[in-house]
Amino acid sequence: MTGVSVTRSGPSLVLRLGRASVLARPRGLAVDTVLVGFVAALGGLSLAYGTTWLPLADVVGGLTATADEATTLIVREFRLPRVLVGLLVGLALGVSGALVQAVTRNPIAAPDVIGVTAGASAGAVFVLLAFGGTAVGYGGPSAGLAEVGVPTGAVVGAFAAALLVLSAGGTRTSGGRLSFSAQRVVLAGIVCHAAFIGLVHWGLAAADVDQATKAKIWLVGSLHGRGWEHVSGVLLALGLLLPLALALCGKLNTLAIGESSAATLGVGVTRTQLGLLTIAFALTGTAAAAAGPINFVALLAPQIARKLVRGPGVPLVASALTGAGLLLAADFIARIVIPGSELPAGAVTALVGAPFLVLLVVRMGGRR
Amino acid sequence: MTAMPNEVRNDRAAPTEAHGAASIATRSLRLSYRPGRVIVDDLDLNLPTGAVTAVIGANGSGKSTVLRALSRLLRPEAGQVLLDGADLHRMRTKEVATRLGLLPQSPLCPEGVTVRDLVRRGRTPHTSVWRQWSADDEAALNAALAATELAELADEQVDALSGGQRQRAWLALVIAQGTPLLLLDEPTTFLDIAHQIDVLELIRRLNRTEGRTVVMVLHDLNQASRFADHVVALRDGAVVAAGAPSDVVTEDVVRTVFDLDARVVSNPVTGTPLVVPVGRTRTART
Repeated sequence: MTGVSVTRSGPSLVLRLGRASVLARPRGLAVDTVLVGFVAALGGLSLAYGTTWLPLADVVGGLTATADEATTLIVREFRLPRVLVGLLVGLALGVSGALVQAVTRNPIAAPDVIGVTAGASAGAVFVLLAFGGTAVGYGGPSAGLAEVGVPTGAVVGAFAAALLVLSAGGTRTSGGRLSFSAQRVVLAGIVCHAAFIGLVHWGLAAADVDQATKAKIWLVGSLHGRGWEHVSGVLLALGLLLPLALALCGKLNTLAIGESSAATLGVGVTRTQLGLLTIAFALTGTAAAAAGPINFVALLAPQIARKLVRGPGVPLVASALTGAGLLLAADFIARIVIPGSELPAGAVTALVGAPFLVLLVVRMGGRR
Repeated sequence: MTAMPNEVRNDRAAPTEAHGAASIATRSLRLSYRPGRVIVDDLDLNLPTGAVTAVIGANGSGKSTVLRALSRLLRPEAGQVLLDGADLHRMRTKEVATRLGLLPQSPLCPEGVTVRDLVRRGRTPHTSVWRQWSADDEAALNAALAATELAELADEQVDALSGGQRQRAWLALVIAQGTPLLLLDEPTTFLDIAHQIDVLELIRRLNRTEGRTVVMVLHDLNQASRFADHVVALRDGAVVAAGAPSDVVTEDVVRTVFDLDARVVSNPVTGTPLVVPVGRTRTART
């Protein structure tokens, strides 16, 4: 009963251990492995780069606290949190984008495109202005705010926006199930985005200049100055929600062949859709809380992952890893492009992402 | 009114692999999509276990609506659907999925999905996060591909198939699900005549060799006569006639159901009723 066996099922591999079994595509596994290596390399590069280049030995020494005190401090307290926030936020954005695109069956419905990220911004800015702290700071009361207040505001804002967009863009079918019209979700998203960004600007204009400046720094979307207090929220969200998303992925793939078929194949359609969207928006909110609103990563990562994996299902793991790779790469580019100063990572993702979105829309139009 | 199927079924654990039939019936069923707009009212259907039933009727007669209720996609406003004697809408979703399979009218297939990927989805009720693909799943997949003669095309993309092949792939999905009851919503739509016959013969073969109960909505009266053991004719959500094709497909019933004058003659090939339309009885309904 406990024999391990590997058999083939078409192009897929089946790994069996007793009664348990896992179905996987060699190509998917290969892509995931390469992506892990790529992300690890980017992480290493980000740890090594800074005001001083650290050789690899020092990076490893700093991580394991075997290097001298100064190096250990630089690696562990200044560079590692930044890299970890980039990694976790990237993973979270990749997963949330993949989930939203799959559930709404809309390749351009990423949380940032449909206004959910703007909702998170409004929520976070409200907390920042109301309680007068900053999301970017070291220790003190602002650390507590960064750990609890801003993430809560961002998640609440994300859900408020999501509720608006999905109630405007989704319809209930005759069977009482949810269905999302691609155009309506995007249109509602544009309206929602504009409304929440409007709220943000109103808040900034009404607030004290000092506080407004701090909120503005957060609003740019950057990994600059991120400390350990920004790691915990995303880590917690990912730790809880990623396994849940992976467990629901099979149902999501069955949903892709239509709601009627999925329902008669034993999938609780509405429950699965709402569950996955809730996971996606919670990840969007916590990611935004940690790094500010970073646009286009959630849109791009699943598209790239799909092209790489070329499988029949939603490549959740590959999307997550691609998201992490994109964000770490964007952050690295943002730091090296102007020597002596740095761009926010969100500006880099926007510069790359915006033309890609246009390309996607053009190609969508061409298919009809 | 109704006699329950003779054998009382208490097998709580549904068979994971089909083989054997399931009984399906309705009791005082009332269906509507919106409150106040009742499409089917007080419907009592007793469909023969282990047989092929064809539901016929004009557009808007409620036949697809009834099939939606039978497949648990539409919750009745009143009354019950009984699957093996138990209230279908009180059963667990996963339990239902091991007992009935549905081929919807115009199923959608995502891009880049191969025949094998699609048919694999049919095993969803038998799999879980921990048991993603058992040896039984592989066997059921291969049997379904063989039954639909798609083994050669298993790794082709569904998008690239012809209409007939695509419909066979969807049928293979339902076959792989391994349920004792198959519900098919117009399985021959969009197919040319040769492929229509292919698909209907395949459906009947499944019924004859494996004893699965089949209920299908059909447009073509002659095909219903030829491939079904039992025909239910609906008009305005009510049963006009139900029984053997030779008893149901008559000139009177065709006139009542379709407002169509027709001669019914004997099919020279099969001896089943053959409907030859003459013309509309009244002004055309919309």
